[in-house]
Amino acid sequence: MESSGLFSLVPLIVFLPVAGLLINIIFGGRMSEKAIGAVASAASGLAFVVATLLGVALWTGSGEAVVVPFADWIHIGDLNVAWNFRVDTLSVLMMLVVSGVGTLIHIYAIGYMHEDVRFKNDIGRYRRFFVFLNLFIAMMMILVSGDSYLMLFVGWEGVGLCSFLLIGFWYEMDTLGRPSFANSNAARKAFIVNRIGDFGFLIAGFTMFWWFKDLSFAGVFSQAEHIASIAPGVILFITLFLLVGVAGKSAQLPLYVWLPDAMAGPAPVSALIHAATMVTAGVYLVARSAPLYTLVPQAQTTVALVGGITALFAATIAVGQHDIKKVLAYSTISQLGFMVAAVGMGAFVAGMFHLVTHAFFKALLFLSAGSVILGLERGHHHLPHGKLGSPKSPDFEHLATESPDSLHSEDVFDPGDMRNMGGLRKQMPVTFWVYLIGALALAGIFPLAGFWSKDEILADAFHKFPAVYWLLTVAAFLTAFYMGRQVWMVFFGKPRHAAAAHAEESPKVITIPLMILAALAVLGGALNLPGVHSLTLWLEHTIAGVEAGEFNFLVAGLSTVLALTAIALSWVLYGRQPLIEGQKDPLKKLLGPIFTVFERKYWVDEAYWAVFVNRYVDIARFLADVIDGRFWHDFVHEKVIAGTYNWLSRTVLDLRVDQQFIDAIANGLGELTKHISSGLRRLQNGFVRSYALAVLAGVVVILGYLILK
Amino acid sequence: MAQTIPLSWYLAISAALFAMGALGVLVRRNPLIIFMSVELMLNAANLAFVAFARSFGVLTGQIFVFFVMTVSAAEVAVGLALIIIIFRNKHSIDVDLMNSLKG
Repeated sequence: MESSGLFSLVPLIVFLPVAGLLINIIFGGRMSEKAIGAVASAASGLAFVVATLLGVALWTGSGEAVVVPFADWIHIGDLNVAWNFRVDTLSVLMMLVVSGVGTLIHIYAIGYMHEDVRFKNDIGRYRRFFVFLNLFIAMMMILVSGDSYLMLFVGWEGVGLCSFLLIGFWYEMDTLGRPSFANSNAARKAFIVNRIGDFGFLIAGFTMFWWFKDLSFAGVFSQAEHIASIAPGVILFITLFLLVGVAGKSAQLPLYVWLPDAMAGPAPVSALIHAATMVTAGVYLVARSAPLYTLVPQAQTTVALVGGITALFAATIAVGQHDIKKVLAYSTISQLGFMVAAVGMGAFVAGMFHLVTHAFFKALLFLSAGSVILGLERGHHHLPHGKLGSPKSPDFEHLATESPDSLHSEDVFDPGDMRNMGGLRKQMPVTFWVYLIGALALAGIFPLAGFWSKDEILADAFHKFPAVYWLLTVAAFLTAFYMGRQVWMVFFGKPRHAAAAHAEESPKVITIPLMILAALAVLGGALNLPGVHSLTLWLEHTIAGVEAGEFNFLVAGLSTVLALTAIALSWVLYGRQPLIEGQKDPLKKLLGPIFTVFERKYWVDEAYWAVFVNRYVDIARFLADVIDGRFWHDFVHEKVIAGTYNWLSRTVLDLRVDQQFIDAIANGLGELTKHISSGLRRLQNGFVRSYALAVLAGVVVILGYLILK
Repeated sequence: MAQTIPLSWYLAISAALFAMGALGVLVRRNPLIIFMSVELMLNAANLAFVAFARSFGVLTGQIFVFFVMTVSAAEVAVGLALIIIIFRNKHSIDVDLMNSLKG
């Protein structure tokens, strides 16, 4: 059959990006920037073509999951894990999003990194960026195409690594290009916080293996009901620990803290990894584990509540942020909360739907924000004083104990600070329009993509989980408000900084991917229109028991009214009277200390710092000074081992054995010889006559002996 | 001539001469006297050689005596030369002063 032939192409989705990165590693040194970017984009684009072919094969075929064996991996005792690719409607949907949005971001990055490496004074790092980006695509493909929890975990860790590498891409400086450890600290923070989540994933995986003796999806799900009947706690245990992993990777409470700091990475990284794809891996994991979650309502409730609370919590923080990318970062956390809440409630299709549309409009927003930042950098460059400090080696004095926000200073120009922007719609018209589309889509304005997907989540929540519905509705209101605030602050009013006044539009290589994403953000809702439910029909091959959500005019109407109210409110505060340079945030006057709480992010970082990081540093110091230094080094090594050895060698072997025994024998022999010889030398008196007498006496004795014998 | 002198008599004289020579070597301090005493001992031996040769009727002992006399003449020549050298260095030939080889 032809379609089965297409399925055997599936390893290419991993190996095409790998080929791209290998070409760039081996030959990239002699290639131009355009060639490097083209190879990387082509690798990702071909992966998208393969994913499309797989989608077509599923569409024309039965739509049921196909497992393509690829390689044996682990055979130990009961553990049998092969590297198999799973092609089903869910994984192909993820592949399409990852490679499709990924390819657009690759193309955008050709233009973005071209300028970024020049602003940061390190042209040689251009190639490295695309190698990392292709590696990320490969790892994400392993994650979504794996047929077992272990293969999923391999990709899970791989994307975590890429996230670390790309957040710390400019590892020797902070986001403003000053020598600092800020970016590398952000990368380490992301990596370490994700380790906490991965620990939960691993515990879940071990438990799964212990009870199911199998880690493949089919094997686990087929036994799930049986295990649930004989040991009800096990599934709950597994699903809750999977939730820890989800909270780490998808930046949910309480492990979300790494994602805002991850904005230290270049804009394409924020768009690809920290908005569109990697952070949605947790949502994918819950959707993939739907057969487990549907067995334990308690776990579903927990997941939904975590998602709902995160959605609201992060939305309030986003209201108080001044950095254009930080607002989007908290917005991403909030939107991930929507998705997690949706999959937690069992509205898997709504969650996946929102995942896809969010990938479109949030990638669009991050890339547009990158375009805005580049525009300001260009404007700043044209100013007479516009000079970017070349990064020197960071100062190693204050390495680890720096609190996260202590690097703010006023004298360095921050191209990401919205207080420096204003009026950019004139200088950057394309960026303005695509940004506006992204913002309206995120705010959930009819008929853009966000409206349909968010509304489906809200409608499901309205039926299944009213508490979460209210959390999400307030979060949606805040979403519209902070996006309105951002658009007014960035694009309207008058420039509040000379750089904003001189900002320039980005080249076509940047704006064309933005336009394509903008089109997707407009049309993405068509994936699962009410009444048609194409995505529901698509996913029901994989996720059993999904039901098409009903369109609820009450919910949709309420959320639209709220979104419009929020936008109007943001206009009253930020649009009606344009901000002027150095002006305090109008919301601060209105809310006072509450705004400060939002602005300072509820002091969660500071609290984590005080409760965990400093305590950890204390423990580390205690271990280093007391346990290692005083006990292990000073006592065990110095006193016990070295002391015993010294005593043995100096006192026992040297003094007692060598000096007092072996030397005594040698010296005694010498003394004895001396004594004997000093007696004998008295005979040697030099008088020949006495020798003669001795000879005579000897002769007499010998003769006497011979005679008397 | 029927009655010959018995061998033991010769040997007794030889032994007496040897003892006198040895006593002279041991007790005298003048090297010239010591040399003469050494000669006395050598000749005591010569007498014993000759007496035995005569008694046993072989010539070996007689011939040996000539060798002994030759060697003793050479020995005296060397010895006197040594004495002259010692005298030049020490202005004395007292053998009790010649003890520099003591241990």
